[in-house]
Amino acid sequence: MRLNHYSSFSMVNQMLVSYKAPTNLNYFWNFGVLAGLALVIQLITGISLAMHYTPHIELAFNSVDHIMRDLQYGWLLRYMHSNGASLFFMVVYAHIFRGLYYGSYVYPRQGVWWIGCTIYVLMMAVAFLGYVLPWGQMSFWGATVITNFFSIIPFFGKDVVEWIWGGFAVNNATLNRFYSLHYFLSFVIVGLSALHLIVLHQHGANNPLGVESKDTIPFYPYYYVKDLVGVNLYLIVYFFFVFFYPEVLGHPDNYVPANPMVTPPSIVPEWYFLPMYAILRSIPYKAPGVLTMGLAVGALYLLPLVSKPIVRSGDNRPVFAILFWTFVVDCLLLGWVGSNHVETPWVECGQIATVYYFAFFFVLLPFATQFDNYYFSLLYKDHLNDPFSRKKSSDANDFKLLE
Amino acid sequence: MIKKLTFSALSALAISASGALAAGGEGHIEDFDFSFEGPFGTYDQNQLQRGLKVYTEVCSACHGLKFVPLRTLADEGGPHLPEDQVRAYAEQFDVYDPEIDDFRSGTPTDFFPSSALENAPDLSLMAKARAGFHGPMGTGINQLVKGIGGAEYIASLLTGYTGEEKEEYGSIFYENTAFPGGWIAMSQPLYGEDVEFDDGHDNSLHNEAEDVAAFLMWAAEPKMMARQRAGFVGVTFLIVLSVLLYLTNKRLWAGVKGKKND
Repeated sequence: MRLNHYSSFSMVNQMLVSYKAPTNLNYFWNFGVLAGLALVIQLITGISLAMHYTPHIELAFNSVDHIMRDLQYGWLLRYMHSNGASLFFMVVYAHIFRGLYYGSYVYPRQGVWWIGCTIYVLMMAVAFLGYVLPWGQMSFWGATVITNFFSIIPFFGKDVVEWIWGGFAVNNATLNRFYSLHYFLSFVIVGLSALHLIVLHQHGANNPLGVESKDTIPFYPYYYVKDLVGVNLYLIVYFFFVFFYPEVLGHPDNYVPANPMVTPPSIVPEWYFLPMYAILRSIPYKAPGVLTMGLAVGALYLLPLVSKPIVRSGDNRPVFAILFWTFVVDCLLLGWVGSNHVETPWVECGQIATVYYFAFFFVLLPFATQFDNYYFSLLYKDHLNDPFSRKKSSDANDFKLLE
Repeated sequence: MIKKLTFSALSALAISASGALAAGGEGHIEDFDFSFEGPFGTYDQNQLQRGLKVYTEVCSACHGLKFVPLRTLADEGGPHLPEDQVRAYAEQFDVYDPEIDDFRSGTPTDFFPSSALENAPDLSLMAKARAGFHGPMGTGINQLVKGIGGAEYIASLLTGYTGEEKEEYGSIFYENTAFPGGWIAMSQPLYGEDVEFDDGHDNSLHNEAEDVAAFLMWAAEPKMMARQRAGFVGVTFLIVLSVLLYLTNKRLWAGVKGKKND
């Protein structure tokens, strides 16, 4: 295509057409493209919703109901946007766990990992800000709880919280700035996603074997079609929720207009925050709880520093694989705990799960990595001395890179 | 969350009432068999019309439906009343019109009136603002099988009065097996045979509660039938397309995968 030679298109061409990808990527490598798709869907539906939404405490709830009732296919826009956020998180969680399992955070891809972590943090911010906009009970009280996290700042905590609110409680000014930031930060995510892709393509994609691949294939048509298969499966799950169970992932209390005089029996975040919420509530003190929750996200950033495996893929690291799957179960357990009341079996359960969460990152994973590295370095030594090894040259290269 | 409160309050009740509420767990929300449940469910037009009658003659004495436009009563996938009936129905309301700065009789373009009683909540979104099912173990997975249960919650509430009452801080509370906490400020609204249905349908308490709950479900989610129809077309199309794409992908990669095995 001639278009490809023009500078602005050549980048697109390099990234999405002629880009050389390893031949052995499995379907877990679809989640990056799916996250991109989810982001685009959120932008399109979000910009359309913004044409009809009114960011005012007296009108926000009514305007959302107006979108659902009176707008042509307004219900579709709104359900696509609200469920789209949930599906976006599902896909991103799968993407993160895939990176963790196959060692995509390992040198030379730490930059990609760190940008990804920042995207995740921003996604949480944008999702929270967006959840406030319909101005239901859970919106209002969620906003009150989350903004109060900043009150742990010493000396200025109360002032900072009031500065964020733009008043002495969550009010119209808060709703307005949340709307503005919800819109703005989503475009920051777009920028970071582009950066994520650019930095990724410096070294190319990781692959399920975890060795630097010399065996590559052009993105188009091979991965283009393979990703389309994933896109279709994603859309089936997405539409299943949007068209048949649009409310299952939400909370019924958000269909009650916000009322500062009535506190809901229990304030629960959306499902994608539940593991973090469980960690927060496992610590019985406010400031340490918030800091621990922050560290839970920070642990993702620290991952490339605490674990530097020679062999990346979990397929070849049996001890790590056990730890990894236990960690996945641990996160699900934290989510389950987060959805329940702070009562006896759940509190202890949440505390044990929290301990495992941090032990995984800061104790078990570094040790398992050392253990693996020691044995693999022994294996590698023999392997490199074997004159009949066919893969010698490329593996030796790999080894050099990893050092 | 309401569900946990319901659960704990009701389990406490179940223990104290020893057997009166023996069902335990989440069994206090009766699983009504509504026609609109499941991916292929549809609203029963006759049931919605009956529910409208119960709402008009009983509920609307205190509650409102301020988000629901009267014209939607004529909508397909809703009660689907004939236009003249909607117009006649609208005329019973006195609506304040700021343009003439006076009251006039309602037209289909007006909305249902708001709640007449200060502390009676608006019912427009009630069927979506409550969840009947939360299990198993608080995961909410059974909502995929039973639905969220807002309509079930309403119907169970209407049939859940035990007849006990108590006075607290000068207000009277009525015992109700479906209400979180077990005591509700609303007195029993339906006793059975409160309205005469035009189609001669049985007007027992159970049926009236079921019909008005279905009507409120429609009021909260008026586009459900159009939505599910669109979803059926969309998902069927995607499944077919997925199979074709899968086969295309397999064919496309056949050469590459073959080469690797050489």
